[in-house]
Amino acid sequence: MMNPKGTQPEDLVWECQACHVNLVEGPVTLMYMGNRITVDLPQCPRCGFVLVSEAVALGKMAEVEQALEDK
Amino acid sequence: MDQKALRLLESRCIQEEPPACQCACPLHVDVRTFSRCMVQGLWEEAWKTLKKTMPFPGILGRICDAPCRDVCRRKEAGDAVEIGLLERACVHTPAPVQRMPVLPRKRQRVAAVGSALSSLTAAWDLARKGYNVTLLEPSDRMGVYLFEIPDEVLPRSVIETEMEALFVLGVETVCRFSLDWDALEEIRRRFDAVYLGLDGLTFWGECDTGEPWPDAALTRISGLEGFFTGGLALEGNSFSPVWRSAEGRWAATTIDRCLQGVSRTAGREKDRPYSSRLYTAMDDVSVLPAITPQDSVAGYTENEAVQEAGRCLQCECLECVKVCPYLKHFGGYPRKYAREIYNNDSIVMGSHKANRLINSCSLCGLCEVVCPENFAMQTLCLKARQDMVGKKRMPPSAHEFALMDMQFSNSDRFAMTRPDPETGIASHLFFPGCQLCASAPEQVRDVYAHLRRVLPLKSVGIMLGCCNAPAFWAGDDALFQKEFSALKEQWTALGCPQIIPACATCYQMFKCHLPEADVISLWQVLEGAGLPAGALPLKLSAPPAIHDPCTTRHEPEIHDSVRRLLNRLEQPFEELKGNRSHTACCGFGGLMQNANPELAGSVVRHLAHQHPADYVTYCAMCRDNLAASGKRALHLLDMIFPSPDEADPAGRRRPGWSQRRENRSWLKNILQQTLWKESPENMEPYENIALSVSPEVQQILENRRILISDIQRVIYHAEDSGQKLCHPDTGHFKAAFRLYNATFWVEYSISENGFTIHNAYSHRMEILRKGP
Ligand code: SF4
Ligand code: SF4
Ligand code: SF4
Ligand SMILES: [Zn+2]
Repeated sequence: MMNPKGTQPEDLVWECQACHVNLVEGPVTLMYMGNRITVDLPQCPRCGFVLVSEAVALGKMAEVEQALEDK
Repeated sequence: MDQKALRLLESRCIQEEPPACQCACPLHVDVRTFSRCMVQGLWEEAWKTLKKTMPFPGILGRICDAPCRDVCRRKEAGDAVEIGLLERACVHTPAPVQRMPVLPRKRQRVAAVGSALSSLTAAWDLARKGYNVTLLEPSDRMGVYLFEIPDEVLPRSVIETEMEALFVLGVETVCRFSLDWDALEEIRRRFDAVYLGLDGLTFWGECDTGEPWPDAALTRISGLEGFFTGGLALEGNSFSPVWRSAEGRWAATTIDRCLQGVSRTAGREKDRPYSSRLYTAMDDVSVLPAITPQDSVAGYTENEAVQEAGRCLQCECLECVKVCPYLKHFGGYPRKYAREIYNNDSIVMGSHKANRLINSCSLCGLCEVVCPENFAMQTLCLKARQDMVGKKRMPPSAHEFALMDMQFSNSDRFAMTRPDPETGIASHLFFPGCQLCASAPEQVRDVYAHLRRVLPLKSVGIMLGCCNAPAFWAGDDALFQKEFSALKEQWTALGCPQIIPACATCYQMFKCHLPEADVISLWQVLEGAGLPAGALPLKLSAPPAIHDPCTTRHEPEIHDSVRRLLNRLEQPFEELKGNRSHTACCGFGGLMQNANPELAGSVVRHLAHQHPADYVTYCAMCRDNLAASGKRALHLLDMIFPSPDEADPAGRRRPGWSQRRENRSWLKNILQQTLWKESPENMEPYENIALSVSPEVQQILENRRILISDIQRVIYHAEDSGQKLCHPDTGHFKAAFRLYNATFWVEYSISENGFTIHNAYSHRMEILRKGP
């Protein structure tokens, strides 16, 4: 449902402050209104902290939220 | 809503009623569509429109006496549209080749005696319904009197071509049919039904009843099974070709129904001409006389026809759509919307397309006032919202921000109920409302002080909080009941004092949901008790125009009171065209602003454009929304309690979402400290986080409805837990925290005395972290 290109190169520049490693792309499960979907998003390979970039939050993710709300 | 309720509701909106001309036409020709095609020069389309209901357009189009003109609304501004001449002009152009749909052949046989218009029409209709039809003509020529019409009006070739169509349908013809009783009885035996077209039968042989024609015929056959008559057009002008034709049609319908064994009459109320329920406003229509054809014999040229068709008003209602940008925005009108909303409610799977429609209405009630049938879109939308909340199908994003704001107002950060600080009693209770306190807390403080001064007995209490309109508007009845009964309890505990709301919405909420209370608007109280010494007219370049908040729509006493206050202030003012009961919404009502911010923006601009002057209003939300749209706007309190620090109150900006909360808390604290010597509410630890936010970022936060307190909580969490990201080039941090039903992201850096905010955004989806 969501653009598989949820990750842009600039997103991977961010570094997890707790683990001191760069983010990598990996699968994440998202949930909204009882629906689960899996997408690839940048995340910390150690602690699993997931980054949702502004572009994703206000773009694809907002679209999917809207679609699920009207389902 | 069930099917029946929907039908009832749909029938209240008359937009789809056919216009007067179409109702008056015995054949119910769609004159409006026809005229529209003619204006656009779409001759073929115009032809096809005629052909839909008119049996022989080539003939009737030339000779119709146009009884529709008698009721044409154009008459009220000029002459009736020359529909007959337009039809003539149309059928002078070549007929489009068109196959007429025909039902499968039936076994039954019908005879039509006579071959004038009524018989031809009956034959045409019955043949298209699949019957085997035979036309029996006593003379030696089919068509009789049609051939007596002058050739320049109705050329013979046209009659012949049109009658060809009957042969194509398989209609058989017999000429020199000897019309006497024996012959009639004979054909009655041979056919399943016999139609006598009295418009074409001038000869009756021997009349054994002694009555004159055609009464004799009618007497003779009345009650005889299988005989049907028509063509005398007794209700219309008896020479009216269109009436004669229509009588053939009605007889054909009756014959069909008898032969099918179904009710002859059911559902036929609109066969005959009837009067239209369609409403069409004539106020803005300028007078235009009819176009006279240069050549009266040849009729209109194409050019003349286009001009004349242009005088057709294309009658329709849309009164509500004209005044409501919301109704316009969704591209339909209430009748259509009612069905969409009904469908939205009844589908189980698939997309609920009407959610946005339902949640965008401002519930302002203007539609009901302007509608000739008082269709109340607001009732429909509110009910639909309540159903959606009940079925747990309300999109969470639609109203959440407003409901959170309401929750804030009803929390310790703002809510407070106190009797008069001096006497500890309350015969009156000032209820400023959450939005006035959010917009102008100092004025609220001043109003309260003034009320305590001017009202007798030193017994004016105050209640800070929200009237809970947001929950009501959101359709969340359970929440509304819960919050409102808490409010009611406190009011009862004070001894049920008279309530003095400053806001028209609060006024409505109390009036409707606390009917036992004595409620009086602040404006009426001020009018009676007097104005403070400092009340002044404002130095404006032109008198302001007064805007009545939509929640005062049905409160003429408040309208009058406010105007008298302005007079007393010696403040000249103008009236808007849409004022008092016809006032327009500012886009806040019904939580439109939450569910559809873009639309709310165009709604407030629509209001702002009604008049070039500054506006003066008496609702904080109207004032602030107008101000946010760039309109100079005043609150009535700006004149009654002018602030010495505010040189130009009409130019005051709308305080942002965060500021609004701070203002409410400030007001509560100042009242607590100064009047009741209470210490202020405790702060949450995150509230001590100092932020520096540039105006650009401030605007982003405002548009995205992100509060300063949201940001403080994200940073507090990030700094406390160490869970944040760092950008190696910029050194910025990025952190997230889930609050209520959204995850908030903040990009920030640490500065000397706090945190600098670079960006913030949110999403509602929850991250479950672990992949599959
Ligand atoms: S103005 Fe046009 S639509 Fe209205 S009644 Fe006359 S012909 Fe019909
Ligand atoms: S916004 Fe007002 S005028 Fe428009 S449909 Fe809703 S209640 Fe009616
Ligand atoms: S005003 Fe609106 S709701 Fe009322 S009949 Fe006309 S189109 Fe329908
Ligand atoms: Zn980590």
